[in-house]
Amino acid sequence: MSLRVDMRHSFGAFAVDVAFDATDGITALFGRSGAGKTTVINAVAGLFKPDAGRVSFGSETLFDHDAGIFVPPNRRRLGYVFQDARLFPHLSVLNNLMFGNRYTAPGAAGPTLDEVVDLLGLSALLERAPATLSGGEKQRVALGRALLSHPRMLLMDEPLANLDGPRKQAILPYLERLRDGPLRLPILYVSHAVDEVTRLADRLVLLHNGQVSAQGPLYEVMSDPSAVPLLGVREAGAVIDARVTSHAADGLSTLAISAGQLELPGVQAAVGARVRIRILAQDVILSRIRPEALSSVNILPVTIEKVHPGDGPGAAIALRAGDDRILARVTARAVAELGLVEGVACFAILKATTVAPGSIGR
Amino acid sequence: MTMDAAAWDALRLSLWVACWATVLAVPAALWIAWVLARKEFWGKSVLNALVHLPLVLPPIVTGYLLLLAFGRNAPLGRVLDTLGLGLAFHWSGAVLAAIIMGFPLMVRAMRLAIEAVDPRLEEAAATLGTPRMAIFARVTLPLITPGILAGAVMGFAKAMGEFGATITFVANIPGQTQTLPSAIWTALQIPNGEAQAITMVLLASFVALGAVALSEVLARRVARRIAGT
Repeated sequence: MSLRVDMRHSFGAFAVDVAFDATDGITALFGRSGAGKTTVINAVAGLFKPDAGRVSFGSETLFDHDAGIFVPPNRRRLGYVFQDARLFPHLSVLNNLMFGNRYTAPGAAGPTLDEVVDLLGLSALLERAPATLSGGEKQRVALGRALLSHPRMLLMDEPLANLDGPRKQAILPYLERLRDGPLRLPILYVSHAVDEVTRLADRLVLLHNGQVSAQGPLYEVMSDPSAVPLLGVREAGAVIDARVTSHAADGLSTLAISAGQLELPGVQAAVGARVRIRILAQDVILSRIRPEALSSVNILPVTIEKVHPGDGPGAAIALRAGDDRILARVTARAVAELGLVEGVACFAILKATTVAPGSIGR
Repeated sequence: MTMDAAAWDALRLSLWVACWATVLAVPAALWIAWVLARKEFWGKSVLNALVHLPLVLPPIVTGYLLLLAFGRNAPLGRVLDTLGLGLAFHWSGAVLAAIIMGFPLMVRAMRLAIEAVDPRLEEAAATLGTPRMAIFARVTLPLITPGILAGAVMGFAKAMGEFGATITFVANIPGQTQTLPSAIWTALQIPNGEAQAITMVLLASFVALGAVALSEVLARRVARRIAGT
């Protein structure tokens, strides 16, 4: 089942004009605030009628301007977790959870109350009033409430944006369980936080000024040098898969990647587990010769695939490392002086701390 | 201090009229309050002014206008009369006068409550598959119920106290259209009638104060409920 969106809508001078697909797994709709993310997700939910275009889910048309079709939100069966939770203040947590359960479609598959309470750790909260819950608890209840309406897909609009770091870290595993667990619900996840997106998403749709500027599998978009300015030069960086091969007594772990191996600290996953690691472009150093006697032991032989000059003094370089692609951000001067052009073989030096701790443990 | 039968009759009639006026006016006031709070349409300010007119018009003018519309010589009044539904000089006319005079107060209280409801909660309910009428019944209505009750209490108190429009429209016939305020006015016209009037004055004040206090409590509850504590 996949969601297809092709819509146009304008508010005064600002126009949103997007077309993308969201298939199984988590599709992240990423963009800075004001990029039009909430407009798009609200149009998918049916909270307003776009000026033009089409929205469909599987074979069902939810909106078609030309054909005059508009399915109201209560018949779309798309669960929606709002940034501000929007729990009903006059109902207990239990009654909030069960609110939509009576309107589930006959034959719609979905979890039971017990399963949701178990998945989201809500058993101690059931009798509480929403006003007495913390931000993280509210979001878990809002997520449970959406799941119990047995939707075909889940829409999430910055569900973690109002939470501080530790609370965010506490709720991420629930989202991962949703992605990897038996529910296997497709999710459209709106976010402006690169760390959330790299940890959760399978596909990425980059929105910029109301337009889709890049879309595709997360690994591809994150390693596309032309996406660097859109992600922000400090946040841009490839995401690659790795497998934990051993843990050493000094706290470093060895991970195998297609181009060799990396030694990283703070890896929580067990030996044999697959983890997703993120290598920030600004933390990759390039050398034409194999460096010796360096404090970093993470040196990978790479080939330059593409050089993307930036607007300023920097340039983004895509590097082929085994089957993976990683990104490096260097100065334009270095590109000229070292002769960094397509096809040149060189060495990438990564600091062991380049992997965001939050992105380990998948 | 004893109250004679006329005073009892007046109190009973006032309560009867006020109950009918409240029951009939609440659904209409809720609908108008909803329209004013949530809808945009041509003529909205005219409707708003019309609803509030009885608040600023001298009550005797309102009563006279009712007489012009529903009096026995008015076309509409004649039709109702032949159907046995004549309003002028009948207690049901007092109900109509009380509804019109209390309507602005009811609409105001209910409109404030409706405007305080976050429409995004209704959106959330819709995304959970809730049909439109069920959203009103399960989200909006519970949140505005204290506001509706507060409006109803204000309307009831206004109906208990309405005098000018009532006496103009349905006169002051003991046992038929003599409400508590009309009875007080009558007592004050008689020499040495103060003793009888004072009892009814206390009674009327007690009912009015009780109603205002109740509406205060309910108004506070609506605020708390919407804040969610």
